Amino acid sequence: MSGFVLIRKPPTGEAARHARRANAKRFSFSQTVFVATTVFLFMPLFVLVLYSFNASKGMGWTHFSLVWYEKLFFDSADLWHAFGNSALIAFTSAATATFIGTLGAIGVNWYKFRLRAYVQAITFLPMILPEIIIGVSLLVFFAGVKLKLGLVTIFIAHTTFNLPFVFLMVMARLDEFDYSIIEAARDLGANEKQTLLRVIVPVCMPGIVSGFLTAVTLSLEDFVITFFVSGPGSTTLPLYVYSAIRFGVSPVINSLSVVMILGTVVLTYSLRNFLKYIAAK
Amino acid sequence: MKESPPKSARGRPNYGTRYAGPTALWFTLFFATPLVIIVLYSFLKKGLYGGVQPIWSLDAYRSLANPTFAAVALKTLATSVIATAITIALALPCGYFMARSRNQTFLLLLVIIPFWTNFLIRVYAWMAILGNNGFLNEVLHRLGFVKEYVQFLYNQEAVVLVLVYMYLPYAILPLFSTIDKFDFSLLEAARDLGATKLQSMTKVLIPNIKSGVFTAVLFTFIPIFGAYAVPLLVGGKDSYMLGNVIADQLTKTRNWPLASAISMMITVVTTAGVMVMMNLQKRDAQRLAEEKLSTGDAGGGEQ
Repeated sequence: MSGFVLIRKPPTGEAARHARRANAKRFSFSQTVFVATTVFLFMPLFVLVLYSFNASKGMGWTHFSLVWYEKLFFDSADLWHAFGNSALIAFTSAATATFIGTLGAIGVNWYKFRLRAYVQAITFLPMILPEIIIGVSLLVFFAGVKLKLGLVTIFIAHTTFNLPFVFLMVMARLDEFDYSIIEAARDLGANEKQTLLRVIVPVCMPGIVSGFLTAVTLSLEDFVITFFVSGPGSTTLPLYVYSAIRFGVSPVINSLSVVMILGTVVLTYSLRNFLKYIAAK
Repeated sequence: MKESPPKSARGRPNYGTRYAGPTALWFTLFFATPLVIIVLYSFLKKGLYGGVQPIWSLDAYRSLANPTFAAVALKTLATSVIATAITIALALPCGYFMARSRNQTFLLLLVIIPFWTNFLIRVYAWMAILGNNGFLNEVLHRLGFVKEYVQFLYNQEAVVLVLVYMYLPYAILPLFSTIDKFDFSLLEAARDLGATKLQSMTKVLIPNIKSGVFTAVLFTFIPIFGAYAVPLLVGGKDSYMLGNVIADQLTKTRNWPLASAISMMITVVTTAGVMVMMNLQKRDAQRLAEEKLSTGDAGGGEQ
């Protein structure tokens, strides 16, 4: 009946349709969106890199120059002071969070006790609340207990938002734990402390290390919470950047951005290799 | 929630409290207590120079009904909904493409690298692009499209654009991991049964990744709803959001009860969203378990 149509349309048998679909995969809708999104995601970084090498102060391109890098490294004492503060807080808060969080995760994973549900719920909440709520509530709290705003309050705040991430990562590692190892250690006469230090902690090491590094990153990155709990003289790098860009473009920030982007890529790459190395061991 | 039955052997001492004690103490002191204080403050009268007076009052909640605040709240809601919708609309195809790709690790890296860049630096980059003497104006000017510089920055559109940029990875990642678990042969089946490409997406894919979509919505909506830095830096006077009002009430107007009440509002909205998400995920897990039980039927999935 429809011979005419059949001639004009390609065959619509199942095999042919599969073949056509496989061939037509060149430029799908999802691929187009993905490529566009990637361009969108990278464009700002590209612009920063480009203008960090621009000689002029504005965005009009004049010629290639390293003047902003020179200024960044040799003429930005305040910036480096702020970086020092950031690094200090990042490492102390990450270390504290890692210590407390690892123990907490082991406890929750291992034992049944009265506070268990409470700990599980309360380590989950800070991750989902908007940052500003944590910042505001801590500011009000510090004012209430009359703790002077400064490096100490920033340290407390950072440890608070770092802890849940360490907790989560160690928990994830513990979940895939082979419990017979523990039983074996016990049977061989290890006490609680020995089991913890010689079995559990080494096995959890990848979780602990990635928890620690995530904490360092989050701490270096944080602006909103730090903004609320910082006081005079406790400027961190994000706070410094904020005051520099508050009223427009400042070219030293261009070179700083490129150095920070490179730093993150290098750090992350070495972290990946490190974790692989640990996992292989 | 997570079900990891305690594995402690019988008869051994229970060190649970000792291990988790510091965590519990830290969060009680520096997370729960501050939140309780915020709740209390929101029901007190404001002090003359900041702080509060120990007198119960509903003033703060009454001023929430005040037209100016109601307008900001509505604006915040509208901005969050629009930004979230755009983000999800972009993230869905991206997640789908990544899940079907053979180079998943590489594509993931592509999405995550910009995300690793410092938050403020990314906002700053957009200021450098959109500013009056910025990259975009420079390009448009050189190409001869515009004579005068165009004001791209300091308006509502700039806020939405930068918010979408900031939180895209938050949406792409959960969508990718959900779609990655999806059985793509179902799409083939739908197509073989005569569904169009679009139908196979809306009627087969989307219903199956509902919980992932909801997680993505939540992960973008919550931080956007509480946004503070983005509207402050790239927004104008008309793009003030609730986060900015909180900060102003706290540091400038010094009305702490009001700042607390707005914080409460954001907290309640957030918590409600998370509870819905957890319920959805629980339902999904149950459905999966039931499907597993009933495999062996020729039909397999439901509907």
